[in-house]
Amino acid sequence: MGKQITTSLGNKTRFRQLVDSFGLPRIIITGFLLLLFISAPIVGADFATQLTNTINRFSWNAVLVLAMVPMIHSGCGLNFGLPLGIVSGLLGATLSIELGFTGAMSFVMAIVISTPFALLFGGGYGWLLNKIKGGEMMIATYVGFSAVSFMCMMWLLLPYHSPTMVWGFAGTGLRTVISLEGFYDQLLANFLKIDLSSIGINLVIPTGSLLVFALLALAMWAFLHTKTGTAMTAVGSNPAFAKAAGINVDKMRLISVIMSTWLGAVGILIYEQGFGFIQLYMGPFWMALPAVSAILIGGASVNKASIPNVIIGTFLFQGIVTMTPTVMNSAFHMDMSEVIRVIVSQGMILYALTRKTEGGR
Amino acid sequence: MENKNAPLLEMRNIKKGFFGNQVLTDINFTLNEGEVLGLVGENGAGKSTLMKILFGMDVIRETGGYEGDILINGEKVEFATPFDALKAGIGMVHQEFSLIPGFTATENILLNREPKKKNVISEVFGDRMDTLDYKEMDERAKRAIEKMGVEIDAKMVISSMPVGHKQFTEIARELSKENLKLLILDEPTAVLTEKEAEALLDSIRGMAARGIAVIFITHRLHEILTVCDKVVIMRDGYVVKDTPAKETDVTDITKWMVGRSVSANVSQDIKINPDARTIMSIRKLWVDMPGEIVRNVNLDIKEGEILGIGGLAGQGKLGIPNGIMGLYEAGGTVEFDGKPIALNSPRKCLDASLAFVSEDRRGVGLLLDESLEWNVAFPAMQIHNKFLKKCLFFTWRDEKAIHDVTQKYIDELQIKCTSSLQKARELSGGNQQKVCLAKAFALEPRFLFVSEPTRGIDVGAKALVLEALKKFNRESGITVVMISSELEELRMTCDRIAIVSGGRIAGILPADHSSEEFGMLMVSQVK
Repeated sequence: MGKQITTSLGNKTRFRQLVDSFGLPRIIITGFLLLLFISAPIVGADFATQLTNTINRFSWNAVLVLAMVPMIHSGCGLNFGLPLGIVSGLLGATLSIELGFTGAMSFVMAIVISTPFALLFGGGYGWLLNKIKGGEMMIATYVGFSAVSFMCMMWLLLPYHSPTMVWGFAGTGLRTVISLEGFYDQLLANFLKIDLSSIGINLVIPTGSLLVFALLALAMWAFLHTKTGTAMTAVGSNPAFAKAAGINVDKMRLISVIMSTWLGAVGILIYEQGFGFIQLYMGPFWMALPAVSAILIGGASVNKASIPNVIIGTFLFQGIVTMTPTVMNSAFHMDMSEVIRVIVSQGMILYALTRKTEGGR
Repeated sequence: MENKNAPLLEMRNIKKGFFGNQVLTDINFTLNEGEVLGLVGENGAGKSTLMKILFGMDVIRETGGYEGDILINGEKVEFATPFDALKAGIGMVHQEFSLIPGFTATENILLNREPKKKNVISEVFGDRMDTLDYKEMDERAKRAIEKMGVEIDAKMVISSMPVGHKQFTEIARELSKENLKLLILDEPTAVLTEKEAEALLDSIRGMAARGIAVIFITHRLHEILTVCDKVVIMRDGYVVKDTPAKETDVTDITKWMVGRSVSANVSQDIKINPDARTIMSIRKLWVDMPGEIVRNVNLDIKEGEILGIGGLAGQGKLGIPNGIMGLYEAGGTVEFDGKPIALNSPRKCLDASLAFVSEDRRGVGLLLDESLEWNVAFPAMQIHNKFLKKCLFFTWRDEKAIHDVTQKYIDELQIKCTSSLQKARELSGGNQQKVCLAKAFALEPRFLFVSEPTRGIDVGAKALVLEALKKFNRESGITVVMISSELEELRMTCDRIAIVSGGRIAGILPADHSSEEFGMLMVSQVK
């Protein structure tokens, strides 16, 4: 819902309105990202490579950020329990390989297999969140943590046998990192890939990944324009109103949690295909926070989020997290990328969480 | 002290407005030492505001202060905070308890005024480290309780006390203040059983005998007559009568309470059709709505009429629609159009073509952060699948139809807004109320509950809202049940008026009966 700026307003008020509608911090973050892009060539980092990295990371993460949308709409807040969805996705990914699928089929089957897990886990998670209305986000955080910790045991104990995944010597227990080569590494990214390196520009656009995200985002947008989607938004906006209008509030919330969990599962599979590896054990532990931060930076509040929030937020967050270390390294000629990355990404999360109360109830 | 002849308290020409809305006009009365003054009036008559002014509550200052003078012992005072009022010897017991549940009565009575003992640590670190002198505390609490002439266990923790004892603890806290000269009791008997209430009345007499003046606010008029020396009756922000209690009775008080100086504007076109069939029959309805408990309501509503439901606050009139529409737990039987309606299920009621405009406009009635379009169209979309269109295998919101219907109601009800996309939060109370009505009208119901449609909105908007309701009923023949605290408003709009008292229907009269008759019904079963 864009704000209209009438022409009769003076320049100053017009600027003020722009700041109000876009948010001063977001303008600063955007400015900082632009500054990084401009300074990249000056300090000797290749601009096109930087842009490629940013777009790449955008394509890995966007669906995970999109997973935040349904729960925000239904008033369940930010999905700090995203690792639960990620775990469903990981189960799908590993089972698909275990069952012997390869190539594109392994990706399709990973999604198919992870779906029942996502429905089951999401259902239980949603049931839990309906019991503790008002304290969703705190509970969600620990649901995510405990799901990951529980799976740490399961990855060792479940009877996986595929030689590509289990520890070499023991022959049992999954490895921490599993390569996807021969399975679905770069599967979407290579679809209709635009590669300009042949003409000397290091720009690669993973068209397929972006298209899949666009498709899911479109589906989400469409869903929010249906009767059920409208009801979901109303539940988030004012549960008492929705109840008085005959909406089953708990059911709507449950649907949103299941949707979010499923998108988390699909999101991690898309992330893996771009990244090239499955990360098990503690890998998903902190994955909710970048997604939460991205959507908040994109301008969402605890109970309002739109598709543009997802796109802008993911791009800004991933852009800064990718660019800062490289540009800084090139500028100061020493390797402190990891330190800077931690400072920047945690700082962004901190900032994003401080603004989560804005625009809310 | 300074002036022996001056009354303890004198209020002179007190005036108070909230945002240009005059709620108190020229309040004058006096109160002598040891006198008990009963303050009565309908809800919204200005009793609470007056007491807030006397007690120096922050809300008064924040909304622009008041005009007029308050004199204590002949000296003008102006309390900036309740603490100043306490210092001047005024105590107040509010309707809601302000006690700490885990503390004993003694601890609550003397909270923050405890007698203290010095010890080694406090000698070093200052008096914040003093220990409490429990012996002295017990002594003082006992004295305070004795002043009331009732028995309560000072060592019992508040959480395990019956309500009555909690109330007494509150009063004892005020009495334990040595300089207490004037005690304000705001509906202290509302939560008490009859026996407890009697004990309280006795203790009020006891206090008066000790020279403490009491202002006693209650809806139970017989209590006023038994305990008070004089009665001050307020209506619409005026003191309409100031009379010795001996010279009046319940009928007179009721008359002054509800009677309007202009009583000509009773509905001119009352339509009572004895042959009309009963469209809704309510039997043995109970509703567990906090503060508005419905105990046993039997009511028949005729097709096509406007039925008013009136009564004092807290007697259960709001519980009736909220219970039937499934927003609070309810039991009993409700038949609509010959078919029983499932209680505790908002959806079933809406499916049966009932609609409800809630008294809680901002809490239940509106999506404050969404556009007017959403607010108007949402229930109709969800219940009747209106404003939807099929396209590409999906059912979408039909934005154009939503816009059109909203625009229609904006024009019809004269809703003042910048556009149909404006957020509901940004509208004024009256316009928000019109949006609530539009929402209900868009459902095209066969039966409409409207709860407190004019609460908190200005006179102009009030007239428009009532007119819209009446028009809706008269033109489409839809049965309307309107619940309101304002009797005059009901008499202006409705055909018949049912009065709720004590969670039951005290009686139903045609709207052209006199205010006094309705007033008698209102207080008939107050408990």
